[in-house]
Amino acid sequence: MTARLALAGAALAALAVPLVAPVYYTLLMLPFMAYAVVLLGLNLLFGYAGLLSFGHALFIGVGAYTGAFLTTYTQIRSLEVILLIAAALGGTVAALVGALCVRYVKIYFGMLTLAFGMVFYTFLLKFYRVTGGDEGMRVLRPTLLGLDWSAMPKTDYLVGPYYYYSLAVLAVATIVMWRIVRSPFGLCLRTVRDNPAKAEALGLGVARYRWRAFVISAVYAAVGGALLGPPTGNVDPTLAYWTQSGNLVFMILLGGFASFSGPLVGAFAFIFLQDSVMSVLTYWRLVFGAILAAIVIFAPGGLMGLFHRPSALEVSRR
Amino acid sequence: MATILEARDVTRDYGGFRALAGVSLAVRDGEFVSIIGPNGAGKSTLINVLTGVLRPTSGSVRFKDRDIRDIGPVALARLGMARSFQLVHVFPDLTVLETLEAAVVSRLRRGSRLFASLAADREVESQALEVALLFGLGDKRHAVSRNLPQGDKKLLDVASAFALRPEIILLDEPTSGVSTADKTAIMDILVGAARRIGCRAIIQVEHDMDIVFGYSDRIVALHQGRVLADASPGEVKANRHLVDTVIGRPPRGWSIAASDPDPLPPGAERSPAKPPAGSPRPAC
Repeated sequence: MTARLALAGAALAALAVPLVAPVYYTLLMLPFMAYAVVLLGLNLLFGYAGLLSFGHALFIGVGAYTGAFLTTYTQIRSLEVILLIAAALGGTVAALVGALCVRYVKIYFGMLTLAFGMVFYTFLLKFYRVTGGDEGMRVLRPTLLGLDWSAMPKTDYLVGPYYYYSLAVLAVATIVMWRIVRSPFGLCLRTVRDNPAKAEALGLGVARYRWRAFVISAVYAAVGGALLGPPTGNVDPTLAYWTQSGNLVFMILLGGFASFSGPLVGAFAFIFLQDSVMSVLTYWRLVFGAILAAIVIFAPGGLMGLFHRPSALEVSRR
Repeated sequence: MATILEARDVTRDYGGFRALAGVSLAVRDGEFVSIIGPNGAGKSTLINVLTGVLRPTSGSVRFKDRDIRDIGPVALARLGMARSFQLVHVFPDLTVLETLEAAVVSRLRRGSRLFASLAADREVESQALEVALLFGLGDKRHAVSRNLPQGDKKLLDVASAFALRPEIILLDEPTSGVSTADKTAIMDILVGAARRIGCRAIIQVEHDMDIVFGYSDRIVALHQGRVLADASPGEVKANRHLVDTVIGRPPRGWSIAASDPDPLPPGAERSPAKPPAGSPRPAC
């Protein structure tokens, strides 16, 4: 119950941000919301299915470049269409990549996903005629719900319609994920994480559940990735680089993967922490490294783990 | 009586080592069969072959008249075979009820329901609860498996196999690691549950001879990958030599003295049917 109240409170606060907060912080909320969508999916894979992907930037890249390709090479400007196609492409790529990856677990799974991520990164970098190489591609301002905002100043567009659009996408993504983790499928996923041999003996096909979780998480990552493009108006290969995947893992650890809202908290803390540290220190990664170490050692349950405690044992067990 | 599970001339090699050497075994409707034998006799390998975890090197395994060599544990569970494990196998982070619900979800083929609410699925919940009550775990249904005492973990492992409502169930040492006092209680629960859900046969691997002789209809004795005997408990007990070979020391309460000073040499084969001449001690 308190969780629901907290969530409702957070939703209300998010609605109020553009009205009360400075534009600068409202703009910072945009990458937060995009990454929050990505992390909701990644946590289905990590927190619920027990698979840690080091290559999810691949799917962010697929989503972000989908927006760039569609607005550059076609007449499609509708963000709904972009999101749908991004989701479909992310899911398709994950269906293929995942079919191989889910046969492996632990570090082997992580390394395989990393390898596929690097392949995609190199593709974006080297096929510069199509992808623009390291300069990336432009993302033209998309229409929202069929409405064209091209006459509006960019900042107004971002802190206004685009902000609320992103928030709506995040809300839908959260509700859908909330249902997924509480479904029979979600329960089966946890059995697969906890004890694959036992799950198989109960007739639950481990590889199939892992594969489904992988595909769903990729769809989320692609949708989140597609949301990342319009605020900057540009996408480049660093979105798909492995450090990006590392950031995602950091965000999940920061927020705590043992709870549903951990990834949301992690994305929020990461974005705003990164901003505040960067404004005073060039070597922000130094600070982040120290924070990451401190979390793993002192708060293995992440920020959410500080609120409800049983996580330390769970983490050491994993 | 119809045969449910049948192994014919099954061998299984690990590299150069032959763990099973031509094992044949048939389990019929209504039977409780115990597989016994010393460590390394091939009991766990046999269970793993029968449950589709391992593929036999040669020979066939048929369940309900289907060749099951290649279908794997998941399909076997769906066909109606369930198993529990030698070492405790629970889902550490799941509660007792969730564990049983997972089995029920699997049996009802609802694992693909992505957006349905599990909490609202009364059918799954009531069936899981029924099994929890049957196994005396009703009060602990909200306990997280990791925190259960060892005996309850064992019970939960077995209970989740029963929640599949299998036609046949294979139990790998269902009472190992459980106090002697609790063993009979667990076995009674187990046999009662099997009757209740309409399970057609039970196969167990067990070291505790009180349990083996107290509950089995038939005992299959393995020794060095071969079936040394396939007989009723009475016949096994009467076979002095067999007792020495596969049981070693006679269990508590038996009226025979210490083991044979000249045990069966490794690899040696004597006819299990007749005890060797000159065996002075009386059979039990």
